[in-house]
Amino acid sequence: MEKDQDKIISDVTTSEYKYGFYSDIEMDRIPKGLNEDVVRLISVKKNEPEWLLDFRLKSYRHWLTMKMPTWPNLKIAPINYQDIIFYAAPKERKNLNSIDDIDPELKKTFDKLGIPLQEQKHLAGVAVDAVIDSVSIKTTFKETLAEMGIIFCSFSDAVKEYPDLVKRYMGSVVPYTDNFFATLNSAVFSDGSFCYIPKGIRCPMELSTYFRINSANTGQFERTLLIADEESYVSYLEGCTAPSRDENQLHAAIVEIVAEKNAEVKYSTVQNWYPGDKEGKGGVYNFVTKRGMCKGESSKISWTQIETGSAITWKYPSCILRGDNSVGEFYSVAVTNNYQQADTGTKMTHIGKNTRSTIVSKGISAGHGQNSYRGLVKVLKNATNARNYSQCDSLLLGDKCGAHTFPYLEVDNSTAIVEHEATTSKIGEDQIFYCNQRGISTEDAIGLIVNGYAREVINKLPMEFAVEAQKLLQISLEGSVG
Amino acid sequence: MLIINNLKASIEGKSILKGISLDIKPGEIHAIMGPNGSGKSTLAAVLAGREDIEITEGTVTYLGKNLLEMTAEDRAKEGIFLGFQYPIEIPGVSMVNFMKTAVNEHRKHKGLDPLSASDFLKMMREKKELVEIDSKLANRSVNEGFSGGEKKKNEIFQMAMLEPKLAILDETDSGLDIDALRIVANGVNKLKRPDNSFIVITHYQRLLDFIVPDVVHVLYDGRIVKTAGKELALELEEKGYDWIKKEIENNVTT
Repeated sequence: MEKDQDKIISDVTTSEYKYGFYSDIEMDRIPKGLNEDVVRLISVKKNEPEWLLDFRLKSYRHWLTMKMPTWPNLKIAPINYQDIIFYAAPKERKNLNSIDDIDPELKKTFDKLGIPLQEQKHLAGVAVDAVIDSVSIKTTFKETLAEMGIIFCSFSDAVKEYPDLVKRYMGSVVPYTDNFFATLNSAVFSDGSFCYIPKGIRCPMELSTYFRINSANTGQFERTLLIADEESYVSYLEGCTAPSRDENQLHAAIVEIVAEKNAEVKYSTVQNWYPGDKEGKGGVYNFVTKRGMCKGESSKISWTQIETGSAITWKYPSCILRGDNSVGEFYSVAVTNNYQQADTGTKMTHIGKNTRSTIVSKGISAGHGQNSYRGLVKVLKNATNARNYSQCDSLLLGDKCGAHTFPYLEVDNSTAIVEHEATTSKIGEDQIFYCNQRGISTEDAIGLIVNGYAREVINKLPMEFAVEAQKLLQISLEGSVG
Repeated sequence: MLIINNLKASIEGKSILKGISLDIKPGEIHAIMGPNGSGKSTLAAVLAGREDIEITEGTVTYLGKNLLEMTAEDRAKEGIFLGFQYPIEIPGVSMVNFMKTAVNEHRKHKGLDPLSASDFLKMMREKKELVEIDSKLANRSVNEGFSGGEKKKNEIFQMAMLEPKLAILDETDSGLDIDALRIVANGVNKLKRPDNSFIVITHYQRLLDFIVPDVVHVLYDGRIVKTAGKELALELEEKGYDWIKKEIENNVTT
């Protein structure tokens, strides 16, 4: 049996990354490398106001004093920042008034990815902001949403049209000094999505941002800022893909969320960056800072992530529970197959009274994949009656992969109740045989078992995407074990 | 239906089956009895396609095909069903989902379209009644947290859903109380047709009060040492396996 299992594991896999194509789009690229002039050049390219350039320069100068942290459980080849192009945008981006103004090649790209740039009837429930390399090229349903006072646009447009909101909130949750990659992003970020839900409004459709890296040697540094004013609700989804390339590409993004009193934000991610090939060559470095601030009382921020792509994933979508009675949630499925590595988890910082947080993390390791959960639950002195429940499960397929759990608890209030549960399991040969005996192939059996294992998290996704996520899980593990 | 000829098999170098021959015709129920460790479960596992058992000699022909060359899932789709002695738990996978996948794989194999959700649920309902299984079980994960009796009934339920040509029940009666035993036996009897066959593996005669076999075999130390009609089971019950052991020893000495 062992021999047989080795054989099947060694067959790992031929499952093609289906978004690995490259589109030949006419691009405006700046030269490789990073220095103060490059930062200024990005700002000029984007026609930015003085205050934003100042923010960038401040960040850049701070970044020069920083070193890349070495604490994660990851093996990262050195990154040469002088070898990265920090700005690449499709040409001919004048004022786009209709879909017809978009480069047909670009449109084709997004069609191929299944992302509608047209406001199609059957996808009327989803508004999309499409970002390619450094810029947002189209935001759908902008007008429909505007009628309700909802602002959904590219970050660049927000800087021009709503400078006060941007100034007020940008960096308020993730300050420019936060960490090495957040600081880098603050210096060179090129675009991203901006969203504001006014007081008392329930956003009637899913808002989503689709990120595509297309150009070679280009880093993607986008920034998303999401503000939910009092009594509002929004569900937000991001997806991402990149061409298959032998070099590693850097993606260092920031997502900031602010939830005011009684507001609720659901943020879902289906991360499918190019994971590298079977030997671990190439793939995206996904080093992202995501943090939400439950600012007002009884506010709620919920993170759901399905992480199947990237050569290396390094991120901790977190919640700062400042408002009394506020709620933070983190639901995660992270898959590492072949030579993928992930060090991911969350931070829940309880500041307000009666704050509650839930963490459900499901790691799946196959091939030579290494999967670490790292989480911090911090209860500050005044957070009376804080509650946390954490559950970290690891599922192993085969015997060459690894699962690691690093939970940290810092509790400074004696009324707090903090629970942590962890399990590690392996898909058993007995389970596979039982399925085989009922006529279910080994591949399908693994799909069933993995989706069953991840169901609790997948169920948190908006319905439209849950099915996609299920398929994605199965594809990313195809042929990984027997 | 199934012809086994001089089958020998070993696990990790240890010889378990030492030359078994059987001929099972459509419509027949064969009981295989024998003391613990005689190789009953190994025989069931070999027929179902477990790969950790090494076949060292012999042939198995199923519906004219070489069974030993087929994968476990192909055997299942060709109509071989194994009722497990210890049904496996699969957390997180609901019975509905599990059975739907299995049933549709069987249909695909036959060139049929998958069942619609409503047809499938209707089928589940009918079959559940057949084995008097609690309808809540269908929404729970496969065998997870099921009692011993529920697990065995669940095996019969799956058999009813998949309508096999050859069902091998590996000690389905072990650990069942008399009511559950009757339900399991009733399920089997209702599923019996002139064109399908059963191999009922059991330690005790008890089950055979409810499922009447055409032939009874006694398996001892990897060999079939006695084959007779259903009365053999009663004789075994009365005299115990020691009687067989003695008889074999006498045969060896004489």
